[in-house]
Amino acid sequence: MTATQETDRVTSPSPSPFRKPSRPRRLRGTRGGRIAAVLIVAIILLPLVPLVINSFARGYVFPQLVPAEWSIRAWRIVLATDGGTWEALGWSVGVAATVTALSLVVGVPAGRVLGLRSFRGKRLLEFLVLTPLLVPAVAVAIGLDITFIRLGLSGTFWGVVLVHLILAAPYAVLVLAGVFANYDADFEAQATTLGASTLNVFRHVTMPAIKPGLIVAGFFAFIVSWSQYVLTLQIGGGKILTLPVLLVSTANGGDASITGALTIVSVLPVVVLLAVASRHVVRAGLGTTGT
Amino acid sequence: MPSFGNRSLRTEPRRSAPSLIRDRSWPKLLPALVVIVPLFAAAFILAVIQSLGYFPLIGLRSFNVDAYRSLLGHGEFWQSLLVSTWIAVMAALLSTVLGIAMALGIRKIWRRSGRLAFLSQLNLPIPHVIGALAMVHLLGQSGLIARLGHATGIIEAASEFPAVVYDPFSVGILAEFVWKDAPFIAIVALGVLGTVGESYESVAASLGASSWQRLHHVTLPLLVPAVAPASVIVFAFAFGSFEVPLLLGQSFPSALPVLAYRLHTNVDLGVRPEAMALAVVMSLVVMAATLLYLALVRRLLRREKM
Repeated sequence: MTATQETDRVTSPSPSPFRKPSRPRRLRGTRGGRIAAVLIVAIILLPLVPLVINSFARGYVFPQLVPAEWSIRAWRIVLATDGGTWEALGWSVGVAATVTALSLVVGVPAGRVLGLRSFRGKRLLEFLVLTPLLVPAVAVAIGLDITFIRLGLSGTFWGVVLVHLILAAPYAVLVLAGVFANYDADFEAQATTLGASTLNVFRHVTMPAIKPGLIVAGFFAFIVSWSQYVLTLQIGGGKILTLPVLLVSTANGGDASITGALTIVSVLPVVVLLAVASRHVVRAGLGTTGT
Repeated sequence: MPSFGNRSLRTEPRRSAPSLIRDRSWPKLLPALVVIVPLFAAAFILAVIQSLGYFPLIGLRSFNVDAYRSLLGHGEFWQSLLVSTWIAVMAALLSTVLGIAMALGIRKIWRRSGRLAFLSQLNLPIPHVIGALAMVHLLGQSGLIARLGHATGIIEAASEFPAVVYDPFSVGILAEFVWKDAPFIAIVALGVLGTVGESYESVAASLGASSWQRLHHVTLPLLVPAVAPASVIVFAFAFGSFEVPLLLGQSFPSALPVLAYRLHTNVDLGVRPEAMALAVVMSLVVMAATLLYLALVRRLLRREKM
Protein backbone atom coordinates (compact mmCIF):
# COMPACT_ATOMS: atom_id res chain seq x y z
CA MET A 1 0.00 0.00 0.00
CA THR A 2 2.64 2.51 1.11
CA ALA A 3 4.99 1.35 -1.61
CA THR A 4 2.44 2.12 -4.34
CA GLN A 5 1.72 5.50 -2.81
CA GLU A 6 5.40 6.35 -2.83
CA THR A 7 5.92 5.36 -6.46
CA ASP A 8 2.79 7.25 -7.45
CA ARG A 9 4.13 10.36 -5.86
CA VAL A 10 7.48 9.95 -7.56
CA THR A 11 5.99 9.39 -10.98
CA SER A 12 3.56 12.29 -10.70
CA PRO A 13 5.54 15.35 -9.64
CA SER A 14 2.97 17.64 -11.21
CA PRO A 15 1.30 19.86 -8.59
CA SER A 16 -1.97 19.65 -10.52
CA PRO A 17 -4.50 17.42 -8.74
CA PHE A 18 -5.34 15.79 -12.06
CA ARG A 19 -2.99 13.83 -14.22
CA LYS A 20 -4.03 12.83 -17.68
CA PRO A 21 -6.73 10.18 -17.41
CA SER A 22 -5.33 6.69 -17.00
CA ARG A 23 -7.14 3.39 -16.86
CA PRO A 24 -9.04 2.91 -13.58
CA ARG A 25 -7.00 1.07 -11.01
CA ARG A 26 -8.04 -2.16 -9.49
CA LEU A 27 -8.78 -1.26 -5.89
CA ARG A 28 -9.16 -4.69 -4.36
CA GLY A 29 -7.68 -8.13 -4.10
CA THR A 30 -3.97 -7.38 -3.91
CA ARG A 31 -1.60 -9.85 -2.37
CA GLY A 32 -0.18 -7.18 -0.07
CA GLY A 33 -3.63 -6.60 1.40
CA ARG A 34 -4.01 -10.28 2.14
CA ILE A 35 -0.66 -10.46 3.89
CA ALA A 36 -1.47 -7.29 5.85
CA ALA A 37 -4.75 -8.78 7.02
CA VAL A 38 -3.10 -12.00 8.21
CA LEU A 39 -0.48 -9.91 10.00
CA ILE A 40 -3.19 -7.84 11.69
CA VAL A 41 -4.93 -10.96 12.94
CA ALA A 42 -1.61 -12.33 14.23
CA ILE A 43 -0.96 -9.11 16.16
CA ILE A 44 -4.45 -9.22 17.62
CA LEU A 45 -4.00 -12.79 18.83
CA LEU A 46 -0.38 -12.47 20.00
CA PRO A 47 -0.99 -10.91 23.46
CA LEU A 48 -3.28 -13.79 24.38
CA VAL A 49 -0.61 -16.40 23.64
CA PRO A 50 1.37 -16.07 26.90
CA LEU A 51 -1.84 -16.29 28.94
CA VAL A 52 -2.77 -19.56 27.27
CA ILE A 53 0.76 -20.98 27.64
CA ASN A 54 0.85 -19.94 31.29
CA SER A 55 -2.42 -21.71 32.04
CA PHE A 56 -0.98 -25.07 30.90
CA ALA A 57 2.52 -24.62 32.33
CA ARG A 58 4.17 -25.25 35.65
CA GLY A 59 7.14 -23.19 36.79
CA TYR A 60 7.16 -21.22 33.53
CA VAL A 61 9.97 -18.81 34.41
CA PHE A 62 12.29 -16.67 32.30
CA PRO A 63 13.95 -17.58 29.94
CA GLN A 64 11.79 -20.62 29.04
CA LEU A 65 10.09 -20.03 25.73
CA VAL A 66 8.35 -23.39 25.69
CA PRO A 67 7.41 -24.51 29.20
CA ALA A 68 9.79 -27.11 30.68
CA GLU A 69 6.80 -28.78 32.31
CA TRP A 70 3.21 -28.86 31.13
CA SER A 71 0.43 -29.24 33.69
CA ILE A 72 -3.29 -28.91 34.10
CA ARG A 73 -2.91 -28.01 37.78
CA ALA A 74 -4.10 -24.42 37.23
CA TRP A 75 -7.16 -25.59 35.32
CA ARG A 76 -8.02 -28.06 38.08
CA ILE A 77 -7.86 -25.28 40.66
CA VAL A 78 -9.76 -22.77 38.55
CA LEU A 79 -12.50 -25.18 37.52
CA ALA A 80 -12.87 -26.76 40.99
CA THR A 81 -16.46 -26.53 42.14
CA ASP A 82 -15.51 -25.05 45.50
CA GLY A 83 -13.27 -22.36 43.95
CA GLY A 84 -14.57 -18.87 43.33
CA THR A 85 -14.66 -19.20 39.54
CA TRP A 86 -18.15 -20.58 39.09
CA GLU A 87 -19.59 -18.09 41.54
CA ALA A 88 -17.81 -15.23 39.72
CA LEU A 89 -19.02 -16.57 36.38
CA GLY A 90 -22.54 -16.64 37.81
CA TRP A 91 -22.30 -13.03 39.03
CA SER A 92 -20.84 -11.86 35.73
CA VAL A 93 -23.46 -13.60 33.59
CA GLY A 94 -26.30 -12.60 35.92
CA VAL A 95 -25.35 -8.94 36.10
CA ALA A 96 -24.52 -8.65 32.38
CA ALA A 97 -27.70 -10.44 31.26
CA THR A 98 -29.88 -8.24 33.49
CA VAL A 99 -28.09 -5.10 32.33
CA THR A 100 -28.52 -6.19 28.70
CA ALA A 101 -32.24 -6.86 29.06
CA LEU A 102 -32.88 -3.54 30.82
CA SER A 103 -30.72 -1.64 28.31
CA LEU A 104 -32.80 -3.00 25.44
CA VAL A 105 -36.08 -2.28 27.19
CA VAL A 106 -35.18 1.38 27.70
CA GLY A 107 -33.12 1.58 24.50
CA VAL A 108 -35.77 0.58 21.94
CA PRO A 109 -38.28 3.38 22.62
CA ALA A 110 -35.58 6.01 23.13
CA GLY A 111 -33.65 4.87 20.07
CA ARG A 112 -36.85 5.03 18.07
CA VAL A 113 -37.57 8.63 18.97
CA LEU A 114 -33.96 9.74 18.54
CA GLY A 115 -33.52 7.85 15.29
CA LEU A 116 -36.81 8.65 13.55
CA ARG A 117 -37.51 12.14 14.76
CA SER A 118 -35.87 15.49 14.64
CA PHE A 119 -36.98 17.92 17.25
CA ARG A 120 -35.85 20.89 19.26
CA GLY A 121 -33.44 19.95 22.04
CA LYS A 122 -32.39 16.73 20.33
CA ARG A 123 -28.69 17.59 20.55
CA LEU A 124 -29.02 18.33 24.25
CA LEU A 125 -30.72 14.99 24.81
CA GLU A 126 -28.03 13.16 22.87
CA PHE A 127 -25.43 14.93 24.97
CA LEU A 128 -27.20 13.89 28.19
CA VAL A 129 -27.38 10.28 27.08
CA LEU A 130 -23.75 10.11 26.02
CA THR A 131 -21.96 12.08 28.76
CA PRO A 132 -21.64 9.04 31.04
CA LEU A 133 -19.44 7.44 28.38
CA LEU A 134 -17.02 10.34 28.52
CA VAL A 135 -16.69 10.81 32.25
CA PRO A 136 -14.20 8.55 34.08
CA ALA A 137 -15.90 5.57 35.73
CA VAL A 138 -13.84 6.19 38.86
CA ALA A 139 -15.50 9.60 39.23
CA VAL A 140 -18.97 8.00 39.09
CA ALA A 141 -17.92 5.21 41.43
CA ILE A 142 -16.57 7.45 44.18
CA GLY A 143 -19.30 10.04 43.71
CA LEU A 144 -22.01 7.47 44.36
CA ASP A 145 -20.13 5.53 47.02
CA ILE A 146 -21.59 7.00 50.22
CA THR A 147 -25.08 7.46 48.79
CA PHE A 148 -25.24 3.83 47.70
CA ILE A 149 -24.15 2.72 51.14
CA ARG A 150 -26.87 4.88 52.69
CA LEU A 151 -29.52 3.59 50.27
CA GLY A 152 -28.52 0.02 51.07
CA LEU A 153 -27.58 -0.58 47.44
CA SER A 154 -23.90 -1.09 48.14
CA GLY A 155 -22.82 -4.70 47.93
CA THR A 156 -26.09 -5.76 46.27
CA PHE A 157 -26.83 -7.27 42.88
CA TRP A 158 -29.22 -4.44 41.95
CA GLY A 159 -26.78 -1.77 43.05
CA VAL A 160 -24.18 -3.14 40.64
CA VAL A 161 -26.79 -3.54 37.86
CA LEU A 162 -27.82 0.10 38.32
CA VAL A 163 -24.31 1.52 37.99
CA HIS A 164 -23.54 -0.73 35.02
CA LEU A 165 -26.70 0.54 33.35
CA ILE A 166 -25.37 4.11 33.43
CA LEU A 167 -22.72 2.96 30.94
CA ALA A 168 -24.49 0.15 29.07
CA ALA A 169 -27.80 1.90 28.30
CA PRO A 170 -26.16 4.75 26.33
CA TYR A 171 -24.54 2.19 24.02
CA ALA A 172 -27.88 0.48 23.45
CA VAL A 173 -29.61 3.80 22.74
CA LEU A 174 -26.78 4.82 20.41
CA VAL A 175 -26.89 1.63 18.36
CA LEU A 176 -30.70 1.49 18.23
CA ALA A 177 -30.99 5.15 17.23
CA GLY A 178 -28.74 4.31 14.30
CA VAL A 179 -30.94 1.36 13.43
CA PHE A 180 -34.13 3.40 13.56
CA ALA A 181 -32.54 6.16 11.47
CA ASN A 182 -32.74 3.71 8.55
CA TYR A 183 -36.11 2.30 9.51
CA ASP A 184 -39.28 2.95 7.57
CA ALA A 185 -42.14 3.36 10.02
CA ASP A 186 -44.68 3.39 7.18
CA PHE A 187 -44.70 -0.41 7.15
CA GLU A 188 -46.22 -0.27 10.62
CA ALA A 189 -48.92 2.08 9.42
CA GLN A 190 -49.72 -0.33 6.59
CA ALA A 191 -50.01 -3.26 8.99
CA THR A 192 -52.27 -1.22 11.24
CA THR A 193 -54.45 -0.25 8.29
CA LEU A 194 -54.76 -3.92 7.47
CA GLY A 195 -56.04 -4.52 10.98
CA ALA A 196 -53.02 -5.72 12.93
CA SER A 197 -53.02 -5.04 16.65
CA THR A 198 -50.26 -2.97 18.27
CA LEU A 199 -48.68 -6.12 19.70
CA ASN A 200 -48.83 -7.91 16.37
CA VAL A 201 -47.35 -4.92 14.57
CA PHE A 202 -44.43 -4.99 16.97
CA ARG A 203 -43.99 -8.76 16.72
CA HIS A 204 -44.35 -9.17 12.98
CA VAL A 205 -43.24 -5.83 11.55
CA THR A 206 -40.99 -3.87 13.91
CA MET A 207 -39.19 -6.77 15.55
CA PRO A 208 -37.97 -8.55 12.39
CA ALA A 209 -36.78 -5.25 10.95
CA ILE A 210 -34.73 -4.20 13.98
CA LYS A 211 -33.57 -7.68 15.04
CA PRO A 212 -29.96 -7.30 13.79
CA GLY A 213 -29.80 -3.95 15.58
CA LEU A 214 -31.17 -5.49 18.76
CA ILE A 215 -28.50 -8.20 18.63
CA VAL A 216 -25.72 -5.64 18.18
CA ALA A 217 -27.13 -3.32 20.88
CA GLY A 218 -27.53 -6.24 23.27
CA PHE A 219 -24.03 -7.44 22.50
CA PHE A 220 -22.55 -4.04 23.32
CA ALA A 221 -24.56 -3.68 26.53
CA PHE A 222 -23.42 -7.16 27.56
CA ILE A 223 -19.71 -6.58 26.98
CA VAL A 224 -19.81 -3.16 28.65
CA SER A 225 -21.18 -4.79 31.79
CA TRP A 226 -18.93 -7.87 31.42
CA SER A 227 -15.79 -5.69 31.25
CA GLN A 228 -16.65 -3.38 34.12
CA TYR A 229 -14.08 -3.36 36.91
CA VAL A 230 -13.92 -0.27 39.08
CA LEU A 231 -17.68 0.29 39.37
CA THR A 232 -18.19 -3.31 40.42
CA LEU A 233 -15.29 -3.12 42.85
CA GLN A 234 -16.54 0.06 44.50
CA ILE A 235 -20.31 -0.49 44.48
CA GLY A 236 -20.12 -4.29 44.81
CA GLY A 237 -18.11 -3.76 47.96
CA GLY A 238 -16.32 -7.11 47.70
CA LYS A 239 -19.62 -9.00 47.77
CA ILE A 240 -20.45 -9.03 44.06
CA LEU A 241 -17.27 -10.72 42.87
CA THR A 242 -17.57 -10.69 39.10
CA LEU A 243 -14.83 -12.20 36.94
CA PRO A 244 -12.83 -8.96 36.44
CA VAL A 245 -12.79 -8.33 40.21
CA LEU A 246 -11.71 -11.92 40.90
CA LEU A 247 -9.15 -11.69 38.13
CA VAL A 248 -7.35 -8.64 39.52
CA SER A 249 -7.16 -10.10 43.01
CA THR A 250 -5.92 -13.39 41.55
CA ALA A 251 -3.30 -11.57 39.48
CA ASN A 252 -2.15 -9.76 42.64
CA GLY A 253 -1.78 -13.21 44.21
CA GLY A 254 1.01 -13.79 41.74
CA ASP A 255 0.23 -17.28 40.36
CA ALA A 256 0.56 -16.72 36.62
CA SER A 257 -0.86 -20.14 35.71
CA ILE A 258 -4.08 -19.61 37.63
CA THR A 259 -4.36 -16.05 36.32
CA GLY A 260 -3.87 -17.39 32.79
CA ALA A 261 -6.59 -20.02 33.17
CA LEU A 262 -8.98 -17.50 34.70
CA THR A 263 -8.46 -15.02 31.86
CA ILE A 264 -9.43 -17.71 29.37
CA VAL A 265 -12.56 -18.51 31.38
CA SER A 266 -13.42 -14.78 31.30
CA VAL A 267 -12.80 -14.41 27.59
CA LEU A 268 -14.51 -17.50 26.20
CA PRO A 269 -18.15 -16.56 26.88
CA VAL A 270 -17.87 -13.17 25.19
CA VAL A 271 -15.92 -14.58 22.26
CA VAL A 272 -18.74 -17.09 21.71
CA LEU A 273 -21.22 -14.19 21.88
CA LEU A 274 -19.11 -12.30 19.36
CA ALA A 275 -19.20 -15.29 17.04
CA VAL A 276 -23.00 -15.13 17.20
CA ALA A 277 -23.23 -11.34 16.87
CA SER A 278 -20.29 -11.03 14.48
CA ARG A 279 -22.20 -11.02 11.20
CA HIS A 280 -24.50 -8.33 12.52
CA VAL A 281 -21.68 -6.26 13.97
CA VAL A 282 -19.95 -6.25 10.61
CA ARG A 283 -23.14 -5.46 8.75
CA ALA A 284 -24.27 -2.73 11.12
CA GLY A 285 -20.64 -1.71 10.86
CA LEU A 286 -21.21 0.50 13.87
CA GLY A 287 -22.57 2.78 11.14
CA THR A 288 -24.54 4.32 13.96
CA THR A 289 -21.71 6.65 14.90
CA GLY A 290 -22.56 8.85 11.93
CA THR A 291 -23.23 8.35 8.27
CA MET B 1 -20.84 14.03 20.21
CA PRO B 2 -21.41 10.99 18.01
CA SER B 3 -24.50 11.77 16.01
CA PHE B 4 -27.47 9.47 16.16
CA GLY B 5 -27.54 8.98 12.45
CA ASN B 6 -29.34 11.20 10.03
CA ARG B 7 -32.98 10.85 9.37
CA SER B 8 -33.64 8.62 6.45
CA LEU B 9 -34.57 10.42 3.29
CA ARG B 10 -37.41 7.98 2.84
CA THR B 11 -39.17 9.23 5.93
CA GLU B 12 -41.99 11.52 5.03
CA PRO B 13 -41.66 15.17 5.97
CA ARG B 14 -44.81 15.22 8.06
CA ARG B 15 -43.00 13.13 10.64
CA SER B 16 -40.60 15.94 11.40
CA ALA B 17 -43.06 17.92 13.50
CA PRO B 18 -40.76 19.75 15.90
CA SER B 19 -42.72 19.08 19.07
CA LEU B 20 -42.50 15.80 20.93
CA ILE B 21 -45.08 17.03 23.40
CA ARG B 22 -47.83 17.59 20.84
CA ASP B 23 -47.77 14.03 19.49
CA ARG B 24 -47.03 12.53 22.88
CA SER B 25 -43.93 10.60 21.88
CA TRP B 26 -41.80 12.08 24.67
CA PRO B 27 -42.66 9.33 27.17
CA LYS B 28 -40.69 6.93 24.99
CA LEU B 29 -37.53 8.77 25.97
CA LEU B 30 -38.27 8.64 29.67
CA PRO B 31 -37.15 5.11 30.60
CA ALA B 32 -33.70 5.62 29.08
CA LEU B 33 -33.32 9.05 30.66
CA VAL B 34 -34.49 7.77 34.04
CA VAL B 35 -31.92 5.00 33.92
CA ILE B 36 -29.03 7.12 32.70
CA VAL B 37 -29.38 10.71 33.89
CA PRO B 38 -30.41 10.80 37.58
CA LEU B 39 -27.74 8.43 38.89
CA PHE B 40 -25.09 10.02 36.78
CA ALA B 41 -26.17 13.53 37.73
CA ALA B 42 -26.36 12.48 41.37
CA ALA B 43 -22.82 11.13 41.22
CA PHE B 44 -21.56 14.41 39.82
CA ILE B 45 -23.54 16.68 42.14
CA LEU B 46 -22.60 14.63 45.20
CA ALA B 47 -18.95 14.71 44.18
CA VAL B 48 -19.14 18.50 43.80
CA ILE B 49 -20.82 18.93 47.21
CA GLN B 50 -18.35 16.67 48.97
CA SER B 51 -15.41 18.29 47.18
CA LEU B 52 -16.53 21.62 48.61
CA GLY B 53 -15.95 20.23 52.06
CA TYR B 54 -19.49 19.26 53.00
CA PHE B 55 -18.89 15.83 54.47
CA PRO B 56 -21.15 15.20 57.49
CA LEU B 57 -19.81 11.65 57.84
CA ILE B 58 -16.48 13.02 59.05
CA GLY B 59 -17.93 16.07 60.73
CA LEU B 60 -17.38 18.55 57.93
CA ARG B 61 -20.36 20.82 57.34
CA SER B 62 -18.95 23.98 55.87
CA PHE B 63 -18.47 24.95 52.26
CA ASN B 64 -15.03 25.96 51.09
CA VAL B 65 -12.57 25.37 48.28
CA ASP B 66 -9.79 24.01 50.49
CA ALA B 67 -9.80 20.64 48.76
CA TYR B 68 -9.29 22.23 45.34
CA ARG B 69 -6.58 24.51 46.68
CA SER B 70 -4.78 21.60 48.28
CA LEU B 71 -5.20 19.36 45.22
CA LEU B 72 -3.98 21.95 42.73
CA GLY B 73 -1.11 22.81 45.06
CA HIS B 74 0.21 19.24 44.94
CA GLY B 75 2.94 18.57 42.42
CA GLU B 76 1.64 15.00 42.14
CA PHE B 77 -1.68 16.21 40.70
CA TRP B 78 0.03 18.06 37.86
CA GLN B 79 2.37 15.13 37.15
CA SER B 80 -0.60 12.75 37.06
CA LEU B 81 -2.50 15.14 34.81
CA LEU B 82 0.45 15.07 32.44
CA VAL B 83 0.57 11.25 32.53
CA SER B 84 -3.17 10.93 31.82
CA THR B 85 -3.13 13.54 29.06
CA TRP B 86 -0.17 11.85 27.39
CA ILE B 87 -1.92 8.46 27.60
CA ALA B 88 -5.22 9.78 26.23
CA VAL B 89 -3.74 11.83 23.37
CA MET B 90 -1.33 9.13 22.25
CA ALA B 91 -3.89 6.34 22.58
CA ALA B 92 -6.40 8.27 20.45
CA LEU B 93 -3.80 9.30 17.88
CA LEU B 94 -2.14 5.90 17.46
CA SER B 95 -5.43 3.96 17.50
CA THR B 96 -6.95 6.26 14.90
CA VAL B 97 -4.01 6.16 12.50
CA LEU B 98 -3.47 2.42 12.85
CA GLY B 99 -7.22 1.71 12.82
CA ILE B 100 -7.68 3.54 9.53
CA ALA B 101 -4.63 1.84 8.05
CA MET B 102 -6.03 -1.48 9.25
CA ALA B 103 -9.42 -0.79 7.68
CA LEU B 104 -7.85 0.17 4.37
CA GLY B 105 -5.63 -2.91 4.45
CA ILE B 106 -8.37 -5.30 5.41
CA ARG B 107 -11.31 -4.14 3.30
CA LYS B 108 -9.88 -5.67 0.18
CA ILE B 109 -10.52 -9.13 1.51
CA TRP B 110 -13.17 -8.27 4.08
CA ARG B 111 -16.17 -9.59 2.23
CA ARG B 112 -14.48 -12.71 1.00
CA SER B 113 -13.16 -14.01 4.28
CA GLY B 114 -15.66 -14.08 7.11
CA ARG B 115 -13.17 -15.84 9.32
CA LEU B 116 -10.63 -13.05 9.04
CA ALA B 117 -13.33 -10.50 9.70
CA PHE B 118 -14.26 -12.37 12.84
CA LEU B 119 -10.66 -12.72 14.02
CA SER B 120 -9.91 -9.04 13.49
CA GLN B 121 -12.72 -8.20 15.90
CA LEU B 122 -11.73 -10.85 18.40
CA ASN B 123 -10.44 -8.42 21.00
CA LEU B 124 -13.50 -6.15 20.79
CA PRO B 125 -15.29 -7.97 23.64
CA ILE B 126 -12.17 -8.72 25.70
CA PRO B 127 -12.22 -6.75 28.98
CA HIS B 128 -9.43 -4.22 29.50
CA VAL B 129 -8.48 -6.04 32.69
CA ILE B 130 -7.52 -9.03 30.56
CA GLY B 131 -5.84 -6.89 27.92
CA ALA B 132 -3.71 -5.31 30.64
CA LEU B 133 -2.76 -8.68 32.17
CA ALA B 134 -1.95 -9.95 28.68
CA MET B 135 0.42 -7.03 28.13
CA VAL B 136 2.22 -7.77 31.42
CA HIS B 137 2.93 -11.30 30.18
CA LEU B 138 3.76 -10.16 26.66
CA LEU B 139 5.85 -7.01 27.20
CA GLY B 140 7.11 -7.37 30.77
CA GLN B 141 10.79 -8.00 31.44
CA SER B 142 10.12 -11.72 31.76
CA GLY B 143 7.36 -11.67 29.14
CA LEU B 144 7.10 -13.51 25.85
CA ILE B 145 8.94 -10.87 23.80
CA ALA B 146 11.81 -10.78 26.30
CA ARG B 147 11.97 -14.60 26.14
CA LEU B 148 12.07 -14.46 22.36
CA GLY B 149 14.89 -11.92 22.70
CA HIS B 150 16.76 -14.34 24.92
CA ALA B 151 16.12 -17.31 22.66
CA THR B 152 17.54 -15.43 19.69
CA GLY B 153 20.52 -14.23 21.70
CA ILE B 154 19.65 -10.53 21.63
CA ILE B 155 19.52 -10.27 25.42
CA GLU B 156 21.18 -12.35 28.11
CA ALA B 157 19.14 -11.44 31.20
CA ALA B 158 15.59 -10.28 31.82
CA SER B 159 16.88 -6.96 33.16
CA GLU B 160 18.38 -6.16 29.75
CA PHE B 161 14.93 -6.00 28.21
CA PRO B 162 13.73 -2.38 28.09
CA ALA B 163 11.15 -1.57 30.75
CA VAL B 164 7.99 -0.92 28.76
CA VAL B 165 5.65 -1.96 31.55
CA TYR B 166 5.41 0.22 34.71
CA ASP B 167 7.49 2.72 32.72
CA PRO B 168 7.45 6.55 32.73
CA PHE B 169 6.29 6.76 29.10
CA SER B 170 3.34 4.42 29.64
CA VAL B 171 4.35 2.27 26.68
CA GLY B 172 2.61 -0.81 28.09
CA ILE B 173 -0.58 1.17 28.71
CA LEU B 174 -0.52 2.60 25.19
CA ALA B 175 0.11 -0.85 23.73
CA GLU B 176 -3.00 -2.11 25.51
CA PHE B 177 -5.21 0.75 24.32
CA VAL B 178 -3.95 0.55 20.76
CA TRP B 179 -4.40 -3.22 20.74
CA LYS B 180 -8.01 -2.82 21.90
CA ASP B 181 -8.99 0.38 20.13
CA ALA B 182 -7.32 0.29 16.72
CA PRO B 183 -9.68 -2.58 15.71
CA PHE B 184 -12.58 -0.52 17.10
CA ILE B 185 -11.65 2.43 14.88
CA ALA B 186 -11.16 -0.01 12.02
CA ILE B 187 -14.70 -1.37 12.41
CA VAL B 188 -16.13 2.14 12.39
CA ALA B 189 -14.07 3.00 9.30
CA LEU B 190 -15.04 -0.24 7.56
CA GLY B 191 -18.69 0.55 8.27
CA VAL B 192 -18.32 3.79 6.33
CA LEU B 193 -16.22 2.26 3.56
CA GLY B 194 -18.75 -0.53 3.19
CA THR B 195 -21.67 1.88 2.96
CA VAL B 196 -20.05 4.35 0.60
CA GLY B 197 -18.40 1.73 -1.59
CA GLU B 198 -15.49 2.43 -3.87
CA SER B 199 -17.29 4.48 -6.50
CA TYR B 200 -15.84 7.84 -5.40
CA GLU B 201 -12.36 6.42 -5.30
CA SER B 202 -12.82 4.79 -8.68
CA VAL B 203 -14.01 8.06 -10.17
CA ALA B 204 -11.01 9.86 -8.66
CA ALA B 205 -8.72 7.14 -10.01
CA SER B 206 -10.19 7.35 -13.49
CA LEU B 207 -9.70 11.11 -13.38
CA GLY B 208 -6.05 10.42 -12.75
CA ALA B 209 -5.75 10.91 -8.98
CA SER B 210 -2.78 9.10 -7.48
CA SER B 211 -3.42 6.74 -4.60
CA TRP B 212 -2.08 9.35 -2.19
CA GLN B 213 -4.45 11.94 -3.65
CA ARG B 214 -7.35 9.50 -3.42
CA LEU B 215 -6.52 8.81 0.22
CA HIS B 216 -6.09 12.48 1.11
CA HIS B 217 -8.94 14.05 -0.88
CA VAL B 218 -11.49 11.24 -1.10
CA THR B 219 -11.14 8.44 1.44
CA LEU B 220 -10.08 10.36 4.55
CA PRO B 221 -12.74 13.11 4.23
CA LEU B 222 -15.35 10.34 3.90
CA LEU B 223 -14.09 8.75 7.10
CA VAL B 224 -13.87 11.84 9.31
CA PRO B 225 -17.57 12.19 10.30
CA ALA B 226 -17.66 8.66 11.74
CA VAL B 227 -14.07 8.15 12.83
CA ALA B 228 -13.72 11.48 14.67
CA PRO B 229 -16.44 10.72 17.26
CA ALA B 230 -15.03 7.22 17.66
CA SER B 231 -11.58 8.62 18.36
CA VAL B 232 -13.10 10.98 20.92
CA ILE B 233 -14.51 7.95 22.70
CA VAL B 234 -11.03 6.38 22.66
CA PHE B 235 -9.56 9.59 24.06
CA ALA B 236 -12.11 9.90 26.86
CA PHE B 237 -11.88 6.23 27.71
CA ALA B 238 -8.09 6.22 27.85
CA PHE B 239 -8.13 9.35 30.01
CA GLY B 240 -10.60 7.86 32.46
CA SER B 241 -9.48 4.25 32.49
CA PHE B 242 -8.62 2.89 35.91
CA GLU B 243 -7.67 -0.75 35.58
CA VAL B 244 -5.23 -0.37 32.68
CA PRO B 245 -2.88 2.14 34.40
CA LEU B 246 -3.45 0.27 37.66
CA LEU B 247 -2.08 -2.95 36.18
CA LEU B 248 0.44 -1.53 33.71
CA GLY B 249 1.44 1.90 35.00
CA GLN B 250 4.24 3.13 37.22
CA SER B 251 3.18 3.77 40.80
CA PHE B 252 4.41 7.38 40.86
CA PRO B 253 3.21 9.53 39.28
CA SER B 254 0.17 7.42 38.47
CA ALA B 255 -2.65 8.21 36.06
CA LEU B 256 -5.36 10.53 37.49
CA PRO B 257 -8.05 7.84 37.99
CA VAL B 258 -5.60 5.70 39.97
CA LEU B 259 -4.65 8.73 42.08
CA ALA B 260 -8.35 9.50 42.67
CA TYR B 261 -9.07 5.95 43.78
CA ARG B 262 -6.03 5.95 46.06
CA LEU B 263 -7.15 9.20 47.68
CA HIS B 264 -10.69 7.87 48.04
CA THR B 265 -9.62 4.65 49.73
CA ASN B 266 -7.06 6.37 51.96
CA VAL B 267 -7.47 5.42 55.62
CA ASP B 268 -7.35 9.13 56.42
CA LEU B 269 -10.93 10.19 55.69
CA GLY B 270 -9.76 13.80 55.77
CA VAL B 271 -8.48 13.51 52.17
CA ARG B 272 -11.89 12.40 50.89
CA PRO B 273 -12.83 15.93 49.78
CA GLU B 274 -9.63 15.97 47.74
CA ALA B 275 -10.60 12.69 46.07
CA MET B 276 -13.97 14.22 45.19
CA ALA B 277 -12.33 17.40 43.91
CA LEU B 278 -10.13 15.26 41.72
CA ALA B 279 -13.18 13.35 40.40
CA VAL B 280 -14.80 16.68 39.49
CA VAL B 281 -11.67 18.13 37.89
CA MET B 282 -11.10 14.92 35.90
CA SER B 283 -14.65 14.95 34.56
CA LEU B 284 -14.46 18.62 33.60
CA VAL B 285 -11.12 18.14 31.84
CA VAL B 286 -12.50 15.26 29.76
CA MET B 287 -15.65 17.13 28.80
CA ALA B 288 -13.76 20.30 27.91
CA ALA B 289 -11.26 18.34 25.82
CA THR B 290 -14.07 16.49 24.06
CA LEU B 291 -16.02 19.63 23.19
CA LEU B 292 -12.85 21.34 21.97
CA TYR B 293 -11.96 18.36 19.80
CA LEU B 294 -15.42 18.10 18.28
CA ALA B 295 -15.49 21.82 17.58
CA LEU B 296 -12.19 21.46 15.73
CA VAL B 297 -13.51 18.50 13.72
CA ARG B 298 -16.67 20.41 12.83
CA ARG B 299 -14.63 23.37 11.62
CA LEU B 300 -12.44 21.04 9.59
CA LEU B 301 -15.49 19.41 7.99
CA ARG B 302 -17.02 22.75 7.12
CA ARG B 303 -13.80 23.79 5.40
CA GLU B 304 -13.66 20.51 3.45
CA LYS B 305 -17.17 21.05 2.14
CA MET B 306 -16.33 24.47 0.70
